Amino acid sequence: MTDVVLSREIARKFTGGETRIVVEAGTMRAIVRQLDEKFPGLKSILGEGMAVAIDGTIFQDFFLEEVGPDAEVCFLPAIEGG
Amino acid sequence: MAKNHVTTTINGEPVEFLCETQQTLLDVLRDELQLTGSKEGCASGDCGACSVMVDDRVVCSCLVMGVEAEGKSIETIEGMADGDQLHPLQQKFLENAALQCGICTPGFLVAAKALLEKNPDPTETEVRYWLAGNLCRCTGYDKIIRSVLEVAEEAKGA
Amino acid sequence: MDGNANGYRWIGTRTIRPDGVDKVTGRAAFGADFSLPGMLVGKILRSPHAHARILRINTDKAETVPGVKAVVTSADFPEIPPAEATKGSSPPNYRHLSQNLMAREKVLYDGHAVAAVAATSAAIATEALALIEVDYEILPHVTGVLEAMADEAPVLHEDLFTGGVDPKPEKSSNIAKRVEFAIGDTDAGFDAADVIVERDYDTEGIHQGYIEPHAVVASMGADRQANIWCSSQGHFMVRQYCAGLLNMSIGDIKVTPAEIGGGFGGKTTVYLEPVALLLSKKSGLPIKMVMTREEVFRGTGPTSGSYMTIKVGAKRDGTITAAEADLRFFAGAFPGAPVHLGCMCGFTPYDIENVKAIGYDVVTNRPKAISYRAPGAPIAAFGIESAIDELAKKLGIEPLALREMNAAKEGTRTAYGPTLGVVGFEETLEAAKMHPQMSEPLGPNQGRGIASGYWFNVGGESSASVSINEDGTITVTSGAPDIGGSRASLCIMAAEIFGVDIDQVRAVIGDTTATAFNRHTGGSRVTFALGAVVIEAAEDCVRQLRERAAKTWDIDIDAVEWENGEARPAGENAGKFEPLTLMDIAEKTPMTGGPIGVKKSSNVQGPGPAFGTHICDVEVDRETGHVKILRYTAIQDAGRAIHPGYVEGQMQGGVAQGIGWALNEEYIYGEDGRLQNPGFLDYRIPVASDLPMIDTVIVEIPNPTHPFGVRGVGEIPIIPPMAAVANAIEDAVGLRLTSLPMSPPKVLSALDDGH
Repeated sequence: MTDVVLSREIARKFTGGETRIVVEAGTMRAIVRQLDEKFPGLKSILGEGMAVAIDGTIFQDFFLEEVGPDAEVCFLPAIEGG
Repeated sequence: MAKNHVTTTINGEPVEFLCETQQTLLDVLRDELQLTGSKEGCASGDCGACSVMVDDRVVCSCLVMGVEAEGKSIETIEGMADGDQLHPLQQKFLENAALQCGICTPGFLVAAKALLEKNPDPTETEVRYWLAGNLCRCTGYDKIIRSVLEVAEEAKGA
Repeated sequence: MDGNANGYRWIGTRTIRPDGVDKVTGRAAFGADFSLPGMLVGKILRSPHAHARILRINTDKAETVPGVKAVVTSADFPEIPPAEATKGSSPPNYRHLSQNLMAREKVLYDGHAVAAVAATSAAIATEALALIEVDYEILPHVTGVLEAMADEAPVLHEDLFTGGVDPKPEKSSNIAKRVEFAIGDTDAGFDAADVIVERDYDTEGIHQGYIEPHAVVASMGADRQANIWCSSQGHFMVRQYCAGLLNMSIGDIKVTPAEIGGGFGGKTTVYLEPVALLLSKKSGLPIKMVMTREEVFRGTGPTSGSYMTIKVGAKRDGTITAAEADLRFFAGAFPGAPVHLGCMCGFTPYDIENVKAIGYDVVTNRPKAISYRAPGAPIAAFGIESAIDELAKKLGIEPLALREMNAAKEGTRTAYGPTLGVVGFEETLEAAKMHPQMSEPLGPNQGRGIASGYWFNVGGESSASVSINEDGTITVTSGAPDIGGSRASLCIMAAEIFGVDIDQVRAVIGDTTATAFNRHTGGSRVTFALGAVVIEAAEDCVRQLRERAAKTWDIDIDAVEWENGEARPAGENAGKFEPLTLMDIAEKTPMTGGPIGVKKSSNVQGPGPAFGTHICDVEVDRETGHVKILRYTAIQDAGRAIHPGYVEGQMQGGVAQGIGWALNEEYIYGEDGRLQNPGFLDYRIPVASDLPMIDTVIVEIPNPTHPFGVRGVGEIPIIPPMAAVANAIEDAVGLRLTSLPMSPPKVLSALDDGH
């Protein structure tokens, strides 16, 4: 099982305030699908403009990433540099 | 409007050019003579990226009119190396990583060379105040100042 | 063949950059140094009003001036409907970008581009601009962030409704969005605190201040195929944005990168290139456009200014129990202030259970903001690091010690979600504690300030090619512009992998046809991400070299090892063969399978986030309000410094920019909304006589996701300085300054207020 962490804003809008959701481990694509199944509409938010941190390592583009069991996945806004 | 015919010396070579009255020496160097080593950063004499020597005086070429070059001796960055022998300042800047983007570098080299010719043993403060007219946004000046001081130091020992 | 302290041959040495001689002789070609035969000069007409409706533009008179070959206005740009604003891969908001490039119904700031002409000389172009008639209906304007947020503020965009609030508002607003990042319960955290500090701070808009103004030479033919020469932080970005803004095919545009004279984030977008393309197409000739310094200030993007409220609370023993930040950033005429990044970075140096950071992205009648070195983080750090300092003083704990007590480390949960991996913040604090500057004596009106900072750093799409030339020399072609010496680092990394002399490797920046896509240079990504791709390509080359040796000796590839630039049999059983050097193998490649060259493209992930801690000593002149920087030390975790000289250079440059931000730099707007100081005389950046030598300490806590442990270094050094200076001023004269810049009139006024 994988822990998904969402921001409070997203939680307020989609998950009734729940910021930590448990899903089945797998690819990020599958995880986003599971989240969208549980909370319809969430998939559209978790695409372009979002990055993820998998166990602390940041991935700006993440659909192919594998996520192991006991991992923690946090969604965060994409990061721009200067 | 007829152009002005100017005869001058640039980096030791006799040069003739035509320029409009309102063209600055910087415009002439870059646009008429294809000497693009001197850069335009502000066109108002505030950044020093266009620094050249006119009769042994370091000036902002954006504040000198093209016609003023008549009969004078101009030195630009293009004349600083001797063939393929870099000037000690040029070599030191490379060794010390005293440049990052490099746009201000020609201006600093011209100005620093002028300083060392006038004052071969400057203090750090003297170097900083002499070069205060050359803006650099990348380096924080540290390695530039060190390079000038080291060249001065090494020339003393030579 | 010397090794160095960490066992590498080239990593960590101070080699001379491969592009250096051209730069010190004036030969290097920057954006304005290109020319094409028959080239026209392009110039832009800019709005003199901060906010106005454009009723009518008449270009007839301008078009008939002899020598004028083309005139364009927004009518020449395709209209981009809201539904297509973010089309394509990794898009900006093309609709906003298009409106910024050339105003449509409204001008939104003093300097907003309204029209452009191409003529046979600069003088004729200027004359033509003066003949373009624009009828404006002047509207009330707003340049301050709080004023823009107020209910009765003049609204810039009728179709802008605040995002991130529920329910979606019905009235349009200048507040583009609200963001929130939180963990724990800050109310409970503050209840548990013995000491609380709460204060407001404000900062002005700041320009990146690159010495090279924007410049482009562009040529577009009747078949809409285009060539562009320009300096930028991303020639692939230039290609992408031009295609998106002009409805062109990406494959029809080729961009050749010039050397770039400074970017710092300000050249990660386009201003001139699409305009030049349109002028070129209309006139049938190449166009050169170069901005003046005044245009750079009036027409290109600064970073945001802000109004912030910061609140931190701690127990008597120094444990920080709660932290809140309310950040209001102005973005200029279109949304996009980096306020979310400020919220995310600000408290990350500290392990705090209860954090809430709220951010507002607000539009104002100023130029459209763009990135500036660690966007958003320096602004937030000014407030937060000042607050931490004030908290330390109130608690009677040394500022460094307070940071040590609460330091974030591996396993600390950040306020924006993820848990930190291997990081080196504590090590920077330790190095600060041990630094000799901490024991330098301080005299009257002198003080010392400490501040820290955090930045994520970025990876991203990177493409490079590594080719073995016929004589055994190596060419590394990278697709990300070199803005700070990265070519030197790429040569070092490749030379290390190949085991050859550094002079055998050359790094060049190829045009958009030479490699696959590259994300722009920014986010401190090039040494990390291009480095990773170059390393992968070089390792692939080495495998192929071993393969060729194996073929030559008729043995298995596993029996061939590569060391110090040559192939050798691996052990006695492999056979008695003389080593084959890179040159030996290169010469024979036609016979052993053909040329060896490897192209690699990858979206490099897992950049190493990093921390910095700075120590600043100042002296305040009570008569003039002038603040002199006496000593400055920047300490930073670089993961692994590939070329220490350029890492130090990044640190020193960032510090200098931060000091300018702290003490002098600001946009000054008049009552009429016009920019009063669009030049280097009155927009005062630090000069050589303003600064002392800047000491640097590189800490190395390797990043586990990079083969050599690299962490990005370019952005962190601009984050701590403003608070370091403010904290030093407080230490010197007991004045807590909360408004940037802390320029002499403001310091004097605060001193006079009798603190």
